[in-house]
Amino acid sequence: MTENKKALAGTTRLMSREMMGSWWQSLTDADAEGRPVANVFVMGSIAEILRTFDLPMSFPEVAALQTAVRGRSMEYLLAAEDYGYSPDICGYVKVDTGLHISGRNHPQGKLPEPAIVVATNMCNTYIKWAEIWERMYGCPVFVLDLPGWRGSDFHYGLDGATFESDRCYVEGQLGELITVCEQVTGTKFDVDKLRDIMLEVNRMSELYQEILTLNENRPAPFNAVTEGINYMGIANAFRGAPEGNLFMETVLAELKERVADGKGAVAEEKFRLMLVGTACYSNFRDFNGLFEQWGGTFVASEYMSYAGGGIDRGIHYDVSRPLESLAEQILLTAQPSMSGIFHSHDWLAKQFERYSVDGICFHGVKSCRTTSTGLPDTREWLFKNMDIPGLFIQSDLVDSRLWAEAQLKNRVDAFFESLESRRVLAGR
Amino acid sequence: DARIAAFVCSILRSSLELKMAGHLDFMSMFVTHPICDAARHCGGVWTRNFDDVNSQILYYPHNPTSAFAHDYLVGEYRRIASSIEELTGHKITAQALGESIDVFNENRRHLRELYRIKRDTPWLISTVEAYSLTRAAGLMPREEHNLLLRKALPLIESRSAKPQDRIRVVFEGGFCEQPAIDMLAVIQDACYIVDDDLMIGLRWITEDVVAGDDPLDALATAYFESSSYSPVQRDERKPKEKMLLERIRGANAEAAIVGAAKMCEPGLEEQVGYSRALDEEGIPHLVMEFEEKMNVFEQVRMEVETFAESLLFEFA
Repeated sequence: MTENKKALAGTTRLMSREMMGSWWQSLTDADAEGRPVANVFVMGSIAEILRTFDLPMSFPEVAALQTAVRGRSMEYLLAAEDYGYSPDICGYVKVDTGLHISGRNHPQGKLPEPAIVVATNMCNTYIKWAEIWERMYGCPVFVLDLPGWRGSDFHYGLDGATFESDRCYVEGQLGELITVCEQVTGTKFDVDKLRDIMLEVNRMSELYQEILTLNENRPAPFNAVTEGINYMGIANAFRGAPEGNLFMETVLAELKERVADGKGAVAEEKFRLMLVGTACYSNFRDFNGLFEQWGGTFVASEYMSYAGGGIDRGIHYDVSRPLESLAEQILLTAQPSMSGIFHSHDWLAKQFERYSVDGICFHGVKSCRTTSTGLPDTREWLFKNMDIPGLFIQSDLVDSRLWAEAQLKNRVDAFFESLESRRVLAGR
Repeated sequence: DARIAAFVCSILRSSLELKMAGHLDFMSMFVTHPICDAARHCGGVWTRNFDDVNSQILYYPHNPTSAFAHDYLVGEYRRIASSIEELTGHKITAQALGESIDVFNENRRHLRELYRIKRDTPWLISTVEAYSLTRAAGLMPREEHNLLLRKALPLIESRSAKPQDRIRVVFEGGFCEQPAIDMLAVIQDACYIVDDDLMIGLRWITEDVVAGDDPLDALATAYFESSSYSPVQRDERKPKEKMLLERIRGANAEAAIVGAAKMCEPGLEEQVGYSRALDEEGIPHLVMEFEEKMNVFEQVRMEVETFAESLLFEFA
């Protein structure tokens, strides 16, 4: 038993590195062999259908963040700004554009030309981004429109008229997407293959949920920002693939081992935190370090929900009616994970309780107005109405020019001091 | 600033500010549509902060060429209509909708006529006058706006102003947040703005809508089939660069001013596509940013005057 534990420690990290390497190799090979590749996005990748056609999926957001983690994003950002793009738009778009206009040579492999783009409306910038490739390569762009949250007192469920209208619209579009994929690949759609992939996604969703639940433990076995992002990356790139589920099973086993051993993500867990907003990839370790030095660990992250394509919400495909069920489940999982960003206070309050969180870090980035616009308001509302402490800070996803370490440290330190004062006042 | 992040366009902030300052207390309903990533937050922010307003999102389709988009949009119109019925206690009948469509048809006819005058005889009406006349539609019942335009249009045509030696430009980039009126005044000092996308929402539908037996169905058809273009709507039948070039040629313009509101992601992204297309076509253009709250215009004046003068020499 002890030997097994030793064998598992660190396995996840190695596995994730190898899998991302193999994902990059598949893109590089597809480019070299002239095979069609689909450009897709993490929120609503519709991997279920693309995988049915054996279309390798290129995730430009993942490619962009990887340049930042390796300290290479600035060269691409500047190339895109020289091309004409404003400093005030999405950094991912600019890194990707910079890559495309400079030969598509990514630090980890060759970024292929897209043969098809599938963009959901879960981020409107996806659509603008897709139009950039459309102009560059003349590839077909399919916008999969997923209607979402509608405002005051809106309830969304299987029994509602609005849901039924949305489902019909989405199911119809999925049929249209299949036709486009058949044209691009020259392959006929195989519904049984789709069913198999959907079953894999059901399993991945179960595993992902189990992994998240483990962080209810004290200490939390993983950091939802640093490690969680790896889990999310694999969930995106390998959604519907058996090797993705094997990875999640390994993660689960390794984390269970940590829980059994009483090992947490930090040596001594003093504060349990939640991240709302995105990560900061240009200063990835520095960002986490600001919190870790106070014994703070991110036990939960909204990012793992929406950028994980809603897989945390519990996907239950009924493969006896595949397209109908696919439409239905996307609307019940992927779409709310994104729509929730706009009206997130109730969900956040529940997560706060669920993970016994001490404070929330709202991280706003100019690069992403989808996730960042309403953060100050949400923070204000949660504090005034539910006495949930929150810190609002700003930097960026990939642009290191927006990382102001001294200012960030001042604010983070003050936040922890206030959390400590709350503890003293509460007699804890 | 405590509610909305600083890197978001002015329009979201100023509309919220108006409500928080009590200037919109008459409002019972606030309908937005998710045209951009920032605007999608309006519904949430307003719902959290204002119990006295029914904040709704009308989810216009992002896939307008899907065969399923039309029925979906009709459903959305029905949903919003029933929210209004609930709020007002009045049933919205097909007849009432038909009558309303007639009023709006008339309004759009007047606005099309106003824009024809701008295109054909820009010396008869300044940009600021035309813009103010158009924008008034957002501040008064459309029936009153129709009365205003019925009176104003013949008066404009009866003016005796003479053409001046100014370049003819299209202004693009005012599809959502509007430039300050003083900025338009600065531009009009140097150019004739012969067409633009200012307040494009009021002119989105380009032909009369025939209400028929099912007015909501007719409105959905008009939205898809007889409509303008903007950076916040993807319709593969209407590539934005092609549409801008058509606007420029349709207005017999010599150049373009491609503006974008500061922090407006769709506008800023589209600027690059527009600019490259204009370069390819050899159409002179000036790229600039603006904010609705800007109050210093010397830089704009200098840029526009330099641009206009260089073209006057070129065309001379």
